[in-house]
Amino acid sequence: MFYYILKRILQIIPVVIGITILLFVLMYVIPEDPARLILEKGATPQALQNLREKMGIDKPVYVQYWRYVKQLSKGDLGTSYRYRRSVNSILAEHYPNSIKLAFVAIIIETIIGLLAGIISAVRKYSFLDVLVTVSTTILVCIPVYWLGMLLQIGFGLKLGWLPMSGMGDGSIRFYILPAITLASVSTAFVARITRSTMLDVMSNDYIRTAYAKGLSNNSVIYKHGLKNALIPVVTYIGIDLGTLMGGAILTETIFAWPGVGRTIYLAILQRDAPVVIGGTIVLVLIFVFMNLFVDIIYAILDPRIRLEGGGNINV
Amino acid sequence: MYPFKDDKNKIQNDSNINEIIDESILLEAEIEKKYSKSSLYKDAWKRLVRNKLAMVGLAIVILMAVIAIFSPFIAPYNPIDRIKEASQKGPSLQHWFGTDILGRDIFSRVLYGTRISMLVGVVAVAISLAIGLFLGALSGFFGGVSDAVIMRIADIFFAFPYILGAIVIMTVLGPGVLNVFIAIGILGWASVARLFRSSILSIKEKEYIEAARALGASNSRIIIKHIFPNSFAPIIVYSTMNVGTAIIVEAALSFLGLGVQPPTPSWGKMLSESLGYINTSPWMMFFPGIAILITCLGFVLLGDGLRDAFDPRLKR
Repeated sequence: MFYYILKRILQIIPVVIGITILLFVLMYVIPEDPARLILEKGATPQALQNLREKMGIDKPVYVQYWRYVKQLSKGDLGTSYRYRRSVNSILAEHYPNSIKLAFVAIIIETIIGLLAGIISAVRKYSFLDVLVTVSTTILVCIPVYWLGMLLQIGFGLKLGWLPMSGMGDGSIRFYILPAITLASVSTAFVARITRSTMLDVMSNDYIRTAYAKGLSNNSVIYKHGLKNALIPVVTYIGIDLGTLMGGAILTETIFAWPGVGRTIYLAILQRDAPVVIGGTIVLVLIFVFMNLFVDIIYAILDPRIRLEGGGNINV
Repeated sequence: MYPFKDDKNKIQNDSNINEIIDESILLEAEIEKKYSKSSLYKDAWKRLVRNKLAMVGLAIVILMAVIAIFSPFIAPYNPIDRIKEASQKGPSLQHWFGTDILGRDIFSRVLYGTRISMLVGVVAVAISLAIGLFLGALSGFFGGVSDAVIMRIADIFFAFPYILGAIVIMTVLGPGVLNVFIAIGILGWASVARLFRSSILSIKEKEYIEAARALGASNSRIIIKHIFPNSFAPIIVYSTMNVGTAIIVEAALSFLGLGVQPPTPSWGKMLSESLGYINTSPWMMFFPGIAILITCLGFVLLGDGLRDAFDPRLKR
């Protein structure tokens, strides 16, 4: 067990180093002179050159990378070109909004996805099962931003029940539409995974034994079936939490949600490289560590994994 | 064969027996056709044809391919022509899907949009396949250092959530169709490589590979003749599904203004153009979205069907 966890942690190190190199090279490649972005138009060439020297961007790439890594290791993500604020403070301001939205979305996908999956597994080939199968297939293919627009038209514009965009005063009404949008694809996956693992578990001998000793239907389904079917579902939800916290760019843009995804998107439009790179690094690191965490939990719950070496599920 | 001359004559004269022999030969040929020549792919194809949902998927895919190729002949209007007097008109007999804010025919634009989507889907997946199969084969077949290095690089790619990765790459490369191919293609290689590697690793241990090696077959011959055909099934399933994903990602990139640039008609771009008008002209956002949904659905249904066809044990 200890060796497995150690191995997984050691595997993370080259990934994290690789990510910083990759992102740094990308930032270096973005063909825009930061000095020009910071200074007003019409700045003298001398002023530009001074600023470049001050920022160290006249040095060779590897010198810059080293500087950047040293800065990063202190937890400093740099300074935004546009806002002249530290990237850390910008992310700290917006990140809580993204996390709150991700949690509401996770709650929605867990409840609806699990219920739909259990119902369709227990009533195999019934009308409800077909309905769940068809709707999950469609949900996987709906572009999230299009679903967001449809919800905005339906519930915001036509019915007027819910606010169309923004976070407003932060009350739950503002969360509903973006959270449903964000949860849509994952809900379909949770339902599908629950259905297939439930079917797998329910065909086991111990389920027949449980029925044979006279347990009620509900007791067999929830105490014996669901409990054993939950591990892959919990794994998926754990990894998805990492994804949702990083993949909310489209949803946040559509709903004008003041989160980190929209911040990164706006920074891309403004060519504000430190915010883009800093934000991306944080999101990717969260994603990587969520995966590590899930793998370890999984290994604790299911001893067979330790022997195989554990797989990374691609989302 | 005929020890007694009489017997030979007898058989030759006896048309009845000749017929029986002919029949048995025919039957043998039929049995051979049915069993010994049936391969993984033929069996899978037979199962696929019986799967109704998969056939619906295949029909959608073929329909979309036909529309993509023949859109100039099907489309009633030029997709970038602005008809001044027909701005923001709702669906009518003249303009089936209505017109957009600039007076362009949305039906024609949706038809032409098929081209970009199908092209991006196919080319991006082809790029992923080219890189992924090569590196996956290298990794799976030779193992050791190359395996470790390639898989760690793959880990880095896995660490990016798909959309975020695509956005970062597009930011660097700049907008344009060619760059969309590259961004989506590059992001997909790691999955292909990992899938192909694990497929190879499981097949490498089979006896028939050992037999081929014992006969003195070279590495490249073993890879191309034996391992490749047998480890391809999961790759085909993954790639089919991935065309759907690539289409959605392209639409998302174009929607964010990072992908295909105007005036080229692209579904994602059309959706972003409709953003300010969802109140006054909802048809502007409705039809391109439906087009994305149906096309992606085609590939996902086909992929689902292929998976069941290749591995019938998984079917429930």
